[in-house]
Amino acid sequence: MNGAHDCGGMMGFGPVAREENEPVFHAPWEARMFALMSAVGDVGGWTLDEDRSACESMRPGDYINTSYYEHWLHGAETLLQKHGLATLDEIRSGRAATPARPVTPTSAAAVWPAVTAHGSYQRKASVPARFRPGDMIRTRNIHPETHTRLPRYLRGQVGEVIASHGAHVFPDSNARGGGENPQWLYTIRFKASDIWGRESRDLIHADLWEPYLEAR
Amino acid sequence: MPHDGHHHDHDEGSELSPLALRVKALESLLVEKGYVDPEALDVLIDTYETKIGPRNGARVVAKAWADPEFAGWLKRDATAAIASLGYTGRQGEHMVALFNTPETHNMVVCTLCSCYPWPVLGLPPVWYKAMPYRSRAVIEPRQVLSEFGVSVPETREVRVWDSTAEVRYLVIPERPAGTEGWSEEQLAELVTRDSMIGTGLAKQP
Repeated sequence: MNGAHDCGGMMGFGPVAREENEPVFHAPWEARMFALMSAVGDVGGWTLDEDRSACESMRPGDYINTSYYEHWLHGAETLLQKHGLATLDEIRSGRAATPARPVTPTSAAAVWPAVTAHGSYQRKASVPARFRPGDMIRTRNIHPETHTRLPRYLRGQVGEVIASHGAHVFPDSNARGGGENPQWLYTIRFKASDIWGRESRDLIHADLWEPYLEAR
Repeated sequence: MPHDGHHHDHDEGSELSPLALRVKALESLLVEKGYVDPEALDVLIDTYETKIGPRNGARVVAKAWADPEFAGWLKRDATAAIASLGYTGRQGEHMVALFNTPETHNMVVCTLCSCYPWPVLGLPPVWYKAMPYRSRAVIEPRQVLSEFGVSVPETREVRVWDSTAEVRYLVIPERPAGTEGWSEEQLAELVTRDSMIGTGLAKQP
């Protein structure tokens, strides 16, 4: 989706605002929001891709004018309703009015094992890789209305495959309930001069799935 | 509203901000429904405030500086090398280490959201998640670096890495001169969070 989240190359946001000795959370509600999203994600039945898709589905003006954990709050409220875990009235009132889905919440003792567990998004490939390191590719000029991880600024561009990571869960499918549909994932190197049309010796890299790419 | 997305809500007082109230309502509901355990929430917060943070990454870098064999492993298979130090888990499932050299300076961004290697760096700072850095790092990396006080000579290539998948990047800054014979513990003290994102350099001894 061509949303406000896809901001690579946008202009006008001003300087980067750094903060010395920045705390992990800037207010108690941020910490609670972080923990709530993590904990309910364990039982909600949605995927990380669906989570990202929900957070970036805010109206562009709202997305730009709100902070990171407000995006999470929007995402959590969206997903709870979509997956039938809570109604909008319940979310607004903070009181349960419908029966809960029976789930086992993550216990305090299970947090550390859960957050440090060895995970992987790599899956068995169903087809051979179409590209290998050294190949030149062109990214497809596509504009899906649903979640994608091919940024706008890298569409229709020539790049070089510099690494292959095997087949990984494909967000474009997984974010909308279409299953993991694993696809080959590559690191692609682009010349900044090609992307921005001005002289530069710098390089830009992105990790892109095979359906985003065509042979050059 | 500040356009850097950087908010300071002071909800310590008796009046909670509208946002704090919304989150409070959400927590009450999720606890009442039995979807979350409040004690688990406390543990999650404590985990990322006190246990998982950039000191982990600093240990990885210090070991890479001190131990060529480990550095080689990190280049070949960063996920396994980092896991050997006990740093595994969410948002660090597939790790790649980027070694800065006299010819190349690496810098990491996530233009689409805020992907960041949690097991080695903890949760990202606000600037990493906000629009100015995300929008500008790919189009004017050198200007962004200069705002961080990092001046990259024209002869040195800047390599920007946009974290668009589940691969997470850790920059290995150059080892400062004058640290020959230092222990890994001493070396780790020179490794800043920003130097592992690529928006800083290691501290000079």
